[in-house]
Amino acid sequence: MPNPIEQYARDLSEETREAVRKSGALTTGQRVEILQKDYEDPDALRRLAGEIKQHTIDHLDSYLEQAEASLTKAGAKVHFASDADSARQCVLGILQQSDVQRVVKSKSMATEEIHLNPFLEKQGIETVETDLGEFIIQIDEDTPSHIVRPIIHKKREEVAESFEKHGLGDYNTDPETITRRARVHLREKYMQSGAGITGGNFVSAESGRIVLVTNEGNARFSMAPNKVHIAVIGIEKIVPRDRDLAVFLNLLARSATAQQLTVYTQFIKGPRMPSQPSGPEEMHVVFLDNGRSQILGESCREILRCIRCGACQNVCPVYRHASGHAYRAVYGGPIGAVLSPLLGGKASFPEYADLPKASSLCGACREVCPVDIPIPDMLLKLRHKGKKQGVSTPGSFPMAPFATLATSPTAWRTAMTAARAMNYLPMKLAPIKPLRDWLGDRTLPKWRGGDFRRWLKTRKGNNADA
Amino acid sequence: MPDRDAIFKRVRTSLLQSSGGAPLPDYDPSALVAKPRLTGAGLWENFAQNFGAVSGRPMTELGEVVSFLKSEGVSYGYCDLALCERFETVLDEIGIEIVSTYDRERYDDYQFGITRAAGAIAETGTVILTDSSTSDRLGALTPWIHIAVLPEACLIETVGEALASFDPDETTIIWATGPSKTADIEGILIEGVHGPGEQVCLLML
Ligand code: SF4
Repeated sequence: MPNPIEQYARDLSEETREAVRKSGALTTGQRVEILQKDYEDPDALRRLAGEIKQHTIDHLDSYLEQAEASLTKAGAKVHFASDADSARQCVLGILQQSDVQRVVKSKSMATEEIHLNPFLEKQGIETVETDLGEFIIQIDEDTPSHIVRPIIHKKREEVAESFEKHGLGDYNTDPETITRRARVHLREKYMQSGAGITGGNFVSAESGRIVLVTNEGNARFSMAPNKVHIAVIGIEKIVPRDRDLAVFLNLLARSATAQQLTVYTQFIKGPRMPSQPSGPEEMHVVFLDNGRSQILGESCREILRCIRCGACQNVCPVYRHASGHAYRAVYGGPIGAVLSPLLGGKASFPEYADLPKASSLCGACREVCPVDIPIPDMLLKLRHKGKKQGVSTPGSFPMAPFATLATSPTAWRTAMTAARAMNYLPMKLAPIKPLRDWLGDRTLPKWRGGDFRRWLKTRKGNNADA
Repeated sequence: MPDRDAIFKRVRTSLLQSSGGAPLPDYDPSALVAKPRLTGAGLWENFAQNFGAVSGRPMTELGEVVSFLKSEGVSYGYCDLALCERFETVLDEIGIEIVSTYDRERYDDYQFGITRAAGAIAETGTVILTDSSTSDRLGALTPWIHIAVLPEACLIETVGEALASFDPDETTIIWATGPSKTADIEGILIEGVHGPGEQVCLLML
């Protein structure tokens, strides 16, 4: 079987690469702009958010218990799922109990992670993704390549073709026309389904409220006409109190999409109120573990602070070049390079052990992370773990050149020094053979590597213990 | 509940490996306020500025709503029964019909929906909708135009204050910051995806 990275990289057009690069660069710039405009010290906010999340996961047992009690008191039914299979069975059970034939889904990385859609379809339950990007992914039988912008890799012409192929109108590349057609098609689905499935961005332990954010309004629409609401949420999504949500909501919207708030921010802790004619009569929350409790006991536990904003993907030079699909896993980019080898139990580590090597360790991901996760530290720890366990494959193209360099300290140092010069040199003259091969006639974003390495050198006790 | 117990057991075992646990930091909620968004003369001015910046339409006169609906060429809409009296006559005069019962079979026929807002946040230009203020969730969601009628006393300055004033009895609270939108296709901004493409907020004095 051909290696999926090779296969993907071969097919990756220059056009797609440029689309990913452009979108990443644009969002990165807008993020900085809005944070600096609105706050005197945005970095202090990132540190605060990181500390609150760290505190929460360090006391996860008591907060999880509190969240469960608050939700139950408010009339929601709480379930727990150890792994992907258990979560799928749990969702299926709820749907079968209410005799649901069709569900509408709003974008959720947790349900991507457990591959819920193909499972439900196999059970004869029609599953409709309603986020525009996810809907396009679904009809194309594709997978999302970015946490926030699932179709960052697609051109409008491709979308127009898919719509035509699936009977959603004549070939038309106008994004507004495409959006209107999806609107018409999907409202019929919303109105004629039995349940809405969502993820959850946060859960307040204090009140039990789950917080759901969408710009399109699809989570809201997945609930309003339906009798059953199921939210599948990772156990690490908890925050202690309602007031702490101000920290996270302000940072999430600005980091993900450079907005002051996501358009629809919903706080839900149970079924609709008796006076309300529309909305779910049942609310189910499925808390998903799937490896998280394991990560909590290991040296990369800080990764559980992640609020899935995608800022580290947008800023990452490797992600911008290789695109999300090159990482093969549900989560790509710097977050994915740490999370993918750790999530889902023991099999994930050898399978994705090459991903932590695909990084230039420039430190940009740490600088943008709204919860201040030291991603570069973790990449080093995971590389060390790979070495210890004898997982030595450097990965394949396009990760291979990065990985090869990164496993040899000498080659890496040379490449770092040389790479800085690449800001001024034509790419074809790149002095390192693998780098030159990989670069070809592509252009890199302005080089900013090496600082992290210098920082690491001056730091004591950097022996990885993963 | 085998999964529940197993998860708690694993979490507790893992927590034994960590170094005692970070404390919950104490912080000043005012550090979270985007102060440059609150430089206007008052709550409504600040709200209107921030709401307008995300394509929301702040209005203070009934007449403004009437001419907006007229310019949009609508003829049929949903209206909360409690607000019908206020809107019925003026809209009837220009040939616009409103009904106070939402019929799910006709979800596509409502060109606009008028419901009450439970509040608004000046800092972010956000309209707050709750299950008890919204006469029918679908009436505020399916029409292209949503008009939220806001009592002046319900204006709140900051996100933090809005979170602190959550009514514990409300199971569903929705913050709407402008019309529904997407940038999924090549990053191009399109308004009006699943929810309203026009979000109006009428201040009721
Ligand atoms: S690791 Fe940080 S920057 Fe990356 S998605 Fe998670 S929260 Fe965002």
